[in-house]
Amino acid sequence: MTPNGSEGSAIAKVPAVSVKLRDATQSGSAPETPVKIAARNLNFYYGKFHAIKNVSVDIRENRVTAFIGPSGCGKSTLLRIFNRMYDLYPGQRAEGEVILDGQDILASKSTARLRARVGMVFQKPTPFPMSIYENIAFGIRLYEKLGRSEMDARVQRALAKAGLWDEVKDKLNQSGLGLSGGQQQRLCIARALAVDPEVLLLDEPCSALDPVSTSKIEELWFELKNSCTLAVVTHNMQQAARASDYTAFIMEGTLIEYSETSKLFTTPSDSRTEAYITGRFG
Amino acid sequence: MKGVVARRHAVDVLSKILMGIATLVGVFFLLWILWTTLKFGISGMHWDLFTKDTPPPGTNGFGLRNAFVGSLGLLAVSMLIGVPVGLMAGTWLAEYGFHSRVANAVRFVNDIMLSAPSIEIGLFAYAIVVAPMGHFSGFAGSVALAVLMIPIIVRTTDEMLGLVGGDMREAAIALGAPNWIVITKVTWKAARAGILTGVLIGLARITGETAPLLFTALNNQYFSTNMFRPIANIPVVIFQFALSPYENWQQMAWAAAFITVIFVLVLSIGARWFLGKVQVPK
Repeated sequence: MTPNGSEGSAIAKVPAVSVKLRDATQSGSAPETPVKIAARNLNFYYGKFHAIKNVSVDIRENRVTAFIGPSGCGKSTLLRIFNRMYDLYPGQRAEGEVILDGQDILASKSTARLRARVGMVFQKPTPFPMSIYENIAFGIRLYEKLGRSEMDARVQRALAKAGLWDEVKDKLNQSGLGLSGGQQQRLCIARALAVDPEVLLLDEPCSALDPVSTSKIEELWFELKNSCTLAVVTHNMQQAARASDYTAFIMEGTLIEYSETSKLFTTPSDSRTEAYITGRFG
Repeated sequence: MKGVVARRHAVDVLSKILMGIATLVGVFFLLWILWTTLKFGISGMHWDLFTKDTPPPGTNGFGLRNAFVGSLGLLAVSMLIGVPVGLMAGTWLAEYGFHSRVANAVRFVNDIMLSAPSIEIGLFAYAIVVAPMGHFSGFAGSVALAVLMIPIIVRTTDEMLGLVGGDMREAAIALGAPNWIVITKVTWKAARAGILTGVLIGLARITGETAPLLFTALNNQYFSTNMFRPIANIPVVIFQFALSPYENWQQMAWAAAFITVIFVLVLSIGARWFLGKVQVPK
């Protein structure tokens, strides 16, 4: 990088700094929440390929933590370790520790319980080939046997939490596949929320959506973090900057920088972070 | 440059003409077959076909009731055997076998079975069912037909489940669903139109099979629903009556052939209709 380039970007960022700092003092007045998930010396391999290299990161309770970085840097891989999605594929393995409320999830035998506590929403909306109602009830039925009226209430609550209730309340028996892309994604969020997860992992949840749907989902995060811890992988730096509390920047499987979002986007401490967020690569 | 374009144009026109001729030849013979069956079959259409049994040689009777009932019984029992086996095997290939060596070996053997000569399958059913039982039976015929049907169902089930995106599977697993629930409640549902197509194609394939029935179900001049005894059936009746010197028998053979063609046509159209409902992931 040229000295001119870095100077130019520093000047351009000056107003942003003052704005963000005010934000930081406001949110900074809130006490720092406890750590929900602590990854320690985490390594991940796709066969021989070393995809995550010695990452340690804390995900704080009732906060939105964003993971950013260039394509293929391992941010989705990292997220998929937190609910052990990689278990499905032979040849993929994780080493190190991921402590969820004091327990190492990598060492535990049962993944079903873990996945009820740590929900996940994927890049592409994936409604199941069944009605809107059944999409939500599917997850609940895995863990609880409820009567009709209780189930109705749970389905309504989940859809309301995902901000979808008003749009679908009159067509609960129609196929989930008939909804628009943004509605489908909120349906998937509602489905994940229906089992009351403590953590929600979102893997580029807006990359297939239009800006209006995207902003709806971002607004949702502010609501959701009151009851849930969110970890979001995003390609979109503006999204991380607007909607997250903490940001982790990952490059080539290594955690380069991790701090409060306002700090990372205004005064990054690593030159690679600065180069990435100012759009010089990625 | 101009020469190249002219040559390409000439080759294009020539190949279009050749393809057109090939299509016409195929369609011509198909229509000829349909026309002949229709012409000779329609004159044999009579209510007696469905209400009276096959007449003894040399009499003026007219009827195929026993053969229709026997054929439907054979098809029903074949499906009872073939559909579960084919569905399970196809599901194993797509959901558990993937591209392991065992799975690929099974696919290879299955592909051979797809084109196995049906008379050979009849011989097999003779050896494993007829010989030990000591007599011909409808059940032996159904075993032979089921063996012919299974590879088709295995193949389509495997392929149709393969079309269900990994995303949908992951989404169900991320809710903590065990594998068997993911398969029975989500992936089968997503692939149901395709799987049904396979069943219909399999049914169409065995409807007109004659060779394997000749030395398994044999035939029966009388009305019978006992699957453990020889049973009348349409293909063998067509075979026998068409070769007979009696005019009323020949006419019945044409009528039976016509009804079989219509039945297969309806199955094929049904299969196409279901295939149109298969959702191919984007």
